[in-house]
Amino acid sequence: MEAEIALTVDGTRRSLSVDTRTTVLDALREHLGATSPKKGCDHGQCGACTVLVDGRRVTTCLSLAVAHDGAEITTAEGMADGRELHPMQRSFLDHDGFQCGYCTPGQVCSAVGMLAEAEAGWPSAVTDDLTAPVELDEAEIRERMSGNLCRCGAYSNIVAAIRENVR
Amino acid sequence: MIPFDYRRATDAEAAVDLVHGHPGATFLGGGTNLVDRMKLGVSEPEMLVDVSRLPYDTVEPLPGGGVRIGSAVPNSDLAAHPLIREQYPVLSQALLAGASGQLRNLATTGGNLLQRTRCVYFQDVTTPCNKREPGSGCSARGGYTRQHAILGASQACVATHPSDMAVALAMLDATVQVQGPDGSRKIPVAELHRLPGDEPERDTVLGQADLITAVDLPELAMATRSTYRKVRDRASYAFALVSVAAALDVADGTVRQARIAFGGLAHKPWRAARAEETLRGAPATEEAFRAAAEAELAEATPLADNAFKVPMSRNTLVSVLRDLA
Repeated sequence: MEAEIALTVDGTRRSLSVDTRTTVLDALREHLGATSPKKGCDHGQCGACTVLVDGRRVTTCLSLAVAHDGAEITTAEGMADGRELHPMQRSFLDHDGFQCGYCTPGQVCSAVGMLAEAEAGWPSAVTDDLTAPVELDEAEIRERMSGNLCRCGAYSNIVAAIRENVR
Repeated sequence: MIPFDYRRATDAEAAVDLVHGHPGATFLGGGTNLVDRMKLGVSEPEMLVDVSRLPYDTVEPLPGGGVRIGSAVPNSDLAAHPLIREQYPVLSQALLAGASGQLRNLATTGGNLLQRTRCVYFQDVTTPCNKREPGSGCSARGGYTRQHAILGASQACVATHPSDMAVALAMLDATVQVQGPDGSRKIPVAELHRLPGDEPERDTVLGQADLITAVDLPELAMATRSTYRKVRDRASYAFALVSVAAALDVADGTVRQARIAFGGLAHKPWRAARAEETLRGAPATEEAFRAAAEAELAEATPLADNAFKVPMSRNTLVSVLRDLA
C-alpha cells in the first residue's frame, strides 16, 4: 500500500510516495539517492545504517518511512559543509578509523549523536555514578558505540578518532 | 513482509478502536522489535496502528508519590531522566544494559514491555515453534538451549523474556496503565507477562486491542540504592544469560526487606519471592544471601546447554546483595 510522505534530508525537503513496507534506510538509498547510510545486517544489529533523525542517532533499517513522515534527517554526507569535512569525519581520516569504509558513515553519525548524548549528561552502562557529569574515557566510548560493528576491526583507531572530538 | 495498511492514531481510544475492529491489526511503537519480526516473517500484521506520537511521552511525579512514565517515552530518555537516575537507579541501569544507543533512541517504554523472545527457533520460520505456530512443537528442546529458561518453563516452550527494563519494573512493583475496548485498567508489571504453560503464543495477559498508556512507579525509599547487574556473552549489546534487579533495606546488620527479580531465566521477569521471604529478618551476610539464592533456585530445571545458569544466577545474586548490604 502506498503512502505520501515528506522527509527533509541533509537540509532539503523531499516528497515521495512509498510502499508502507519501506524503511527509512530504503527510502533514503533507493528513493532519494542518499547512499551514505549503508545496509549491513538490515536487522538493527550492525549500525551501518545509522543517521541522525531530528538530531538523535537511530538505526534506519528498523524504522518505517511512513512512521517518520516529516522527519529531519542528517546523513554522514550531509555533515560536511560543502567540501569542508565535519570534524568527526576529519578525525576518522587522521586516525585511520576504517579500512574498507563500509561502516564509516554509520560510525560517524553514531559518534556525533553519542557526543551530544554525553554532553546532555546521559549516563551509560559503564557509568559508575549515574548523577555525576559524564567523562568520556575509552571505556565509555566503547560502551556507547557498541551498536556500531566494524568487521575490519578498526575499533582502536575509531576510539582515538572519537576521543579527539571530546570536549 | 506482507503488505499492510498504516494508520496513525490521534488518541488512545481511536487507536484501540482501530485495532479492536481488525483481527490482523497491531500497535506500532518504536518498531525496533516488531519491524524486525515482520522482516523475518515471524509477525505478519495486516494493519499497523502507530501510537508513537500519542501524548504519552513524559515522565512526571505522581501527586501521591511515585512517578508516571508515558508509554511512548523512548528508553534512552527514560534512562537519562533525573527522577529515574536519582530515585530508581535500577531502572536506568537496566535500560542502559539493553540494546544499543541507536535502538534505545527508538524503542518505547510500552514496546519494550511487549517485545518478544529472541529464541532463535521462534525467530526462524523454517523451524517448528509452539509460540509462533501453536502445536508445531518446540525446536529448542533437543536443540541449542544456552539462552533458554531454567525456571517456570513448560513442555511446550522454554523461551526467555528478553527485556532488561521489565525486570527492574517487576522488582519495583510497577504497574501498567492499560486502555482497552472496555475502558482502562491497571495491571502489576509482575502479572503482565505469563508463564508459557500450554499457551506459549500468549506472552502477556493483554488482549489484542489493549494499549499500554503508562507505567507507574510506586514511591519506594529503598529504591534509591537499588541496582541492576547483567551477565552476558560479551561486554555490551547482548541479551542476558542472567540478570538481577535488587534493592535491600538493612538496619543494624539485619535485612528488613529485600526485593529481587531475575532476568534471562524465565518466560517472564522472575520476581524472587522465595529468596525475599528467606531474607526477611535474616542477617545481612554472604551465607544468608547464598541460602536465599539457593531457596529460589531449588526448583530450577536446566536444559542440556544451560546448567551453568544455576550457579551463575546464585553467584550473581549473592554478589549484588553483598554490594548493596
